[in-house]
Amino acid sequence: MHDLSKLKVSSSPHIRTAEGITHIMLDVIIALMPALIVSVYVFGIRALFLTAVSVASCVVFEYLYCKLLKKPNPVNDLSACVTGMLLAFCLPVSSQWWMVVVGALFAIVIVKQLYGGIGKNFMNPALAGRAFLLASWPAAMTLWTAPRAALPLIKAVPDAVSAATPLASLGKGIVPDASIADVALGMVGGSMGEVSALALLAGGIYLVYRKVISVRIPLCYIGTVAVITFLFPKGDLGNMESMLYSLLSGGLMLGAIFMATDYTTSPITKRGQIIYGVGCGLLTVFIRYFSAYPEGTSYAILIMNALVFLIEKISMPKKFGAPPKQKKEAAK
Amino acid sequence: MARTFKGGIHPDGMKELTSSKPIEKLAPPEYVVLPISMHIGAPCEPLVSKGDYVYMGQKIADSPAPVSAPIHASISGTVRDIVPMPHSNGSKVMSIIIDNDFKDAPHESIQPKDLSTITTEEFISAVREAGIVGHGGAAFPTHIKISSGIGKVDRLIINAAECEPYITSDHRIMLERPEEVAEGAKLLRKMFGDIETAICIENNKQNVVEGLKKYLPDGCGVDVTVLATKYPQGAEKQLIFAVTGREVQSGKLPADAGCAVFNADTTAAIYRLFNKGVPVLRRIVTVSGSAICEPKNLEVRIGTPVEKLIDACGGFKEAPNKLLMGGPMMGTALSSLDVPVIKGTNAILAFCGKECVLNPNPVCIRCGKCVEVCPMSLVPTYIYRSYETDPVQVLEKVNALDCIECGACTFVCPGKLPLVQGIRVAKQRVLDARRKK
Repeated sequence: MHDLSKLKVSSSPHIRTAEGITHIMLDVIIALMPALIVSVYVFGIRALFLTAVSVASCVVFEYLYCKLLKKPNPVNDLSACVTGMLLAFCLPVSSQWWMVVVGALFAIVIVKQLYGGIGKNFMNPALAGRAFLLASWPAAMTLWTAPRAALPLIKAVPDAVSAATPLASLGKGIVPDASIADVALGMVGGSMGEVSALALLAGGIYLVYRKVISVRIPLCYIGTVAVITFLFPKGDLGNMESMLYSLLSGGLMLGAIFMATDYTTSPITKRGQIIYGVGCGLLTVFIRYFSAYPEGTSYAILIMNALVFLIEKISMPKKFGAPPKQKKEAAK
Repeated sequence: MARTFKGGIHPDGMKELTSSKPIEKLAPPEYVVLPISMHIGAPCEPLVSKGDYVYMGQKIADSPAPVSAPIHASISGTVRDIVPMPHSNGSKVMSIIIDNDFKDAPHESIQPKDLSTITTEEFISAVREAGIVGHGGAAFPTHIKISSGIGKVDRLIINAAECEPYITSDHRIMLERPEEVAEGAKLLRKMFGDIETAICIENNKQNVVEGLKKYLPDGCGVDVTVLATKYPQGAEKQLIFAVTGREVQSGKLPADAGCAVFNADTTAAIYRLFNKGVPVLRRIVTVSGSAICEPKNLEVRIGTPVEKLIDACGGFKEAPNKLLMGGPMMGTALSSLDVPVIKGTNAILAFCGKECVLNPNPVCIRCGKCVEVCPMSLVPTYIYRSYETDPVQVLEKVNALDCIECGACTFVCPGKLPLVQGIRVAKQRVLDARRKK
């Protein structure tokens, strides 16, 4: 006789891909590695220390919150690690370690878990954490350090090593001191993980290759910024100069590749992703050109996060076999 | 780039387990169990009673209902009983049990049909009398497809995509008996009025093209179309789109898009009916999966209990945690080995690995992968989110009824949500609400 004691009956499909949330998050962590390496090269071991503090705080806060509320422990999905890395990446290297902890607390507990945890939050936790810190300690959060400066590992960074970022020059409409090559490689001041556009691009290519993200959002985002900054350069800049500096400096690459593509806070419909990408690009340039802040990426993405619900509503796909009349309506 | 449809997935094919194994004839069993319902439509009424002697190929159950297909004795012998027996649909269905006398005494009706003078009406009625149904799995009576399609249809498609993983039964038929599929296709084409006809395969089965072409000389009007290997390539609407570029409109039938689609083995059954006179008596079944000792392609009599097939393949390697009739994407889970092979059975699969492990904490992370793969361009996670508690109007708005239940969304979901399972509930709720109106 055959042993059927283990037999389970359920409805189809009976096979699933082995890939789970943990695999996806691991891919994102791998994709962030080139940027982390450049960051440590440019800003020293302090960058690694702060990233570690951020990741550890995010994981611990997530664990404690779920323990306290008797929810299943979600730490294994690695999403808190990704949030931790991204939060550190959009902070200046001069940040104090306790600021990073506060940012992680806000990102994980207020922005992510209070809304229901993974998949439920409506704002990107890392960016919201950064926005919270920027509102709380505006001076410390805009203190940029020159590349390759000798920095203390844990103690506060003296003001003397501060430097102007290319973005600040762009905001004033003057050509930055750093060359295009330096800006592309990351030998400039800026947030820890945002400085090297090339390292971030490498990570982005990896994510697209692994099918973790589609190119729609980054392409539309970066493309929109490219077109506008080329057509309407600010101040003394030439068209090409304006476009290249705008694309390569500030948090654009980090934002477009890693923040705007956050699953939970971006549209799931294909047309929605295009609208969202273009919207992020328009807002970024708008804020960079017309606001008091030289950087617009994080607020642009946070504003578009809040609109995702509406974007999805107007971008529902036309179902296969929709009658022609419905097709016309969908096209409108 | 091979022709295909939008969306879809690439599950591990696993066809190499059986794709090079020739079809083996399984000895007729001591008894067969023939449920009175093996098709979509009205169940049949038994025409025989306990103790009757029946010949092989004798009609033993039929129904006057327009949508139905008669049942034939797949062996000769004595009717042991007519009682409810386990069925692959999970419930018990009235079944005619026949004890085999191992004579295979043919019924007098088994005679090759003269095709030179046959009229369309005679053709359709012969297909009906032979109990031919769609062998792809849904088991829709074939004569209705033919009669409702003739005159309306200008493209004939023979579906040999066999896109479900593991299954190789149609592949082996085309490889070993190409004349059955090719001649069947020519016959159907003639009946439909010499319209454009294509035998459609996925490009993982290119080795059947040469054999088929031998029976399809230039100018015979039947072509072999090679499509991309992608699931669900063999779904009717997706296949029609890939081959003709036409979209079957929501809620409409293939005939409304001018197409008629027949499964490869159904086409072969039509050939066998006219060439040899036999109704549907046997079926090629792929027996495979991680729990099967020796995966095989078996030719078995309809009504053979699944246990015989498992025994013929060396039994189980270890206790299976899933036993399926049909493919892993759309097949039915069985709870017993007493279930008989029916007309729509193309595979028996048994798994013992982690293929079938369920996730205790499913969660949607809004990755949008279900939207990317949905071949019907729906937003599966929206339907899933609403299936239980939202009003039926919401389910209608998110097009729950357009879901073809291919399971591609559930396959890719990294959060391991039971998406299509929820969508089935949603569809049922919409249908229930419509019925009440």
